Amino acid sequence: MPTVYVNDKPVEIGNRKLNCVQAAELAGQFIPHYCWHEALSVVASCRMCLVEVGDVNPKDGVLTMQPKVVPGCQTPVRDGTHIVTGEYDKRDTSFPARPYDANYLKGGAPGTRAKKSQADTLEGLLINHPLDCPVCDKAGECKLQDFSFKYGRSESRMVDVKNTPPNKPHLSSKITLFTDRCIMCTRCVRFTREISGTAELMVNGRGHHEEIDTFPGRPLENKLAGNVVDLCPVGALGSKDFLYKQRVWYLKESNGVCSRCSTGCSTFVDTNKDIVYRLRARPNPEAQGHFMCDEGRYGYHFANSAERIQRPQVKADGVLKPAAWNVVTPQLKKTFTDAASASAKTVVGVLSPFLTVEEAFLYATYFKSLSADVRLAIGPVPVVGHDDTYPKDVKGNPVEPVKFVIRAEKCPNRRGVEAVIKHFQGSVPAFADVATESLTALWFVGGYPDKDQLAASLPANWKAPALVVAQDLFAGPITAAASFVLPATSNFEKAGTFVNHAGLAQTFDRAVRPPTEVRTELQVAFDLLGRKGLVQAAAIRAELAAAIPAFAHLATKELPANGVRFELATV
Amino acid sequence: MPIPESDVKWVEEARLGFWEQLYVPAMIDGLKTTIGHIFSPQVKTEQYPEQEPKMPANYRGVHRLNRDEKDRVKCVACYMCATACPAHCIDIVAAPAPAEWADREKYPETFVIDELRCIYCGMCEEACPVDAIELTTLYDLTGLSREQMVFDKEKLLSVFDQTTKAGTDPVRTRAGRLSVASEAPPGQ
Repeated sequence: MPTVYVNDKPVEIGNRKLNCVQAAELAGQFIPHYCWHEALSVVASCRMCLVEVGDVNPKDGVLTMQPKVVPGCQTPVRDGTHIVTGEYDKRDTSFPARPYDANYLKGGAPGTRAKKSQADTLEGLLINHPLDCPVCDKAGECKLQDFSFKYGRSESRMVDVKNTPPNKPHLSSKITLFTDRCIMCTRCVRFTREISGTAELMVNGRGHHEEIDTFPGRPLENKLAGNVVDLCPVGALGSKDFLYKQRVWYLKESNGVCSRCSTGCSTFVDTNKDIVYRLRARPNPEAQGHFMCDEGRYGYHFANSAERIQRPQVKADGVLKPAAWNVVTPQLKKTFTDAASASAKTVVGVLSPFLTVEEAFLYATYFKSLSADVRLAIGPVPVVGHDDTYPKDVKGNPVEPVKFVIRAEKCPNRRGVEAVIKHFQGSVPAFADVATESLTALWFVGGYPDKDQLAASLPANWKAPALVVAQDLFAGPITAAASFVLPATSNFEKAGTFVNHAGLAQTFDRAVRPPTEVRTELQVAFDLLGRKGLVQAAAIRAELAAAIPAFAHLATKELPANGVRFELATV
Repeated sequence: MPIPESDVKWVEEARLGFWEQLYVPAMIDGLKTTIGHIFSPQVKTEQYPEQEPKMPANYRGVHRLNRDEKDRVKCVACYMCATACPAHCIDIVAAPAPAEWADREKYPETFVIDELRCIYCGMCEEACPVDAIELTTLYDLTGLSREQMVFDKEKLLSVFDQTTKAGTDPVRTRAGRLSVASEAPPGQ
């Protein structure tokens, strides 16, 4: 097996094509870098990843180190490559020292050159950096702060006046540029050229007058633009949506799955005091890669909206009135059970594609426990336009190979809910088909984050039956016709599993608590089924895996972070 | 983690001798000090509230928000004080600075200190990178309700006006400005 030595530690790289940064990561050694990113091309411009490199001559087996430091991101490794990083003196000494040649050791102990080069690089990067960390939104998660602290020097020798190019808030409607903070890693420029393909950003000027800029009249407006803020290693590119809202050290990060399209991007949900402040892409090669789209990124506001249904309501004398859960649940249970026993065939339970598979499973269990004749249907599946693929060329036409897809299907879990319904009754009728029949009772388990999208996807000839139970985030045509209105929870307020368009099941954690009087769907289903005890999504997932063969893969207690891919029977 | 036995030093309590066991010499010693103070008082009794004490300059009393030379609030809403505060009594809402403030990007839209929650430790003052928050020598803070003791930005700025006008608390922190580049470029 090809072996690479990182600070004397041997690591097998297999037949992968790696650079020094990646090989070192395999060996558990971090090499600092700004401009290099796994998904982008290599420019080796920041010079932060400078390392000492040598190779073994295959003929005589002699190790010769290169006299100069080289950028690790641009240097491929092969069998026998030796990497010495600036942190050689902190290496794991349980591995014997490699036979470095005398010429190399003459220039000082291994690692001293790399260490000095990195410190000098940082000093160069900080020459024009304003050091306004207290007012910079990136402070706390800034790579320039982190690396200066770890690899840099504490004082500046700069005596001249710093460059203060003007800020560019006009860069985009969603993104602002603090030009003076930029360290010219050009990650953002390469992102717009290689991933979104729209190429709005460019480097203007030369030398230390270089600036990131847009072309006149062509602001940074594409559906993936928000990623440049995540990519920026310093505080130069700021999201206007998050600007000055929170200091990042107050934020708690939890693993989420985006609910705004069926790609199901893995996300980090950043919250503080039960408010979602921003979403960031969580790299997941199984789901979406490194990035996420702006629809998902800025599509969390519905969860913080004041217009949400905050408590259960019961219709009395034609008017919906707030009621307490302990009153509503028994009343609702009795009314619905009566309706089901009167005529089970005309009772329908609608499960929306925004539910998690655990919720769909419990609700389906409840509906079928009333009578086997109660029918299940899948809620309206919002579809907007066509799948949007990236990169695009200048004219907006898609380019192969596709690197990112924004799906037309604007819901996270159609396949998961369909698989649950299919297990319970064999077929999966759409809401549009059952809604036009004359029904006696309808239970609509919704959770639609966009009320206009739901209203648009309802069939025009929809006729509300006498008894409607509507569980949703926002008031709409269905809640208006309902005798019972129950609040729903957003995907940030619950744990669960979504199955994306390709059959990838991803679990996610609860990021925030739901509003005071809102019970999660799982809790409501527990109450309806008369079950006692703590409601835990993981326990219900295990139940589901045991009950439905299609979900048997979910039986493990902890799903891998990247999710489990399985072939659900397509409906 | 338990303390290793090698780091522990056991000390025996000193045994009392005959005179120590009587306690009388120690009592006479104490009485000497007490009676001595009756005839030559070391501490001057102040007639508060008729006579108000002068607090030392580093006394940690009510907070104030300092103003800069253009009478704007100096604070840049960096949340360093709120982060340093062990009592979590500082609540700031930041916003982009008004367009006419050319040298600033961020300012506090609201700045609220709960003076009842505060433990007057002075960490906020130490954390501030722009000398915007200081503790004054005002010690007699009273109020009729909890709401009155929650000081907002205007109130904190008025404490600055009041204490600088009275001359009791000149601005004394001198940590410096935020950075070279965040100031207006030369010539502006």
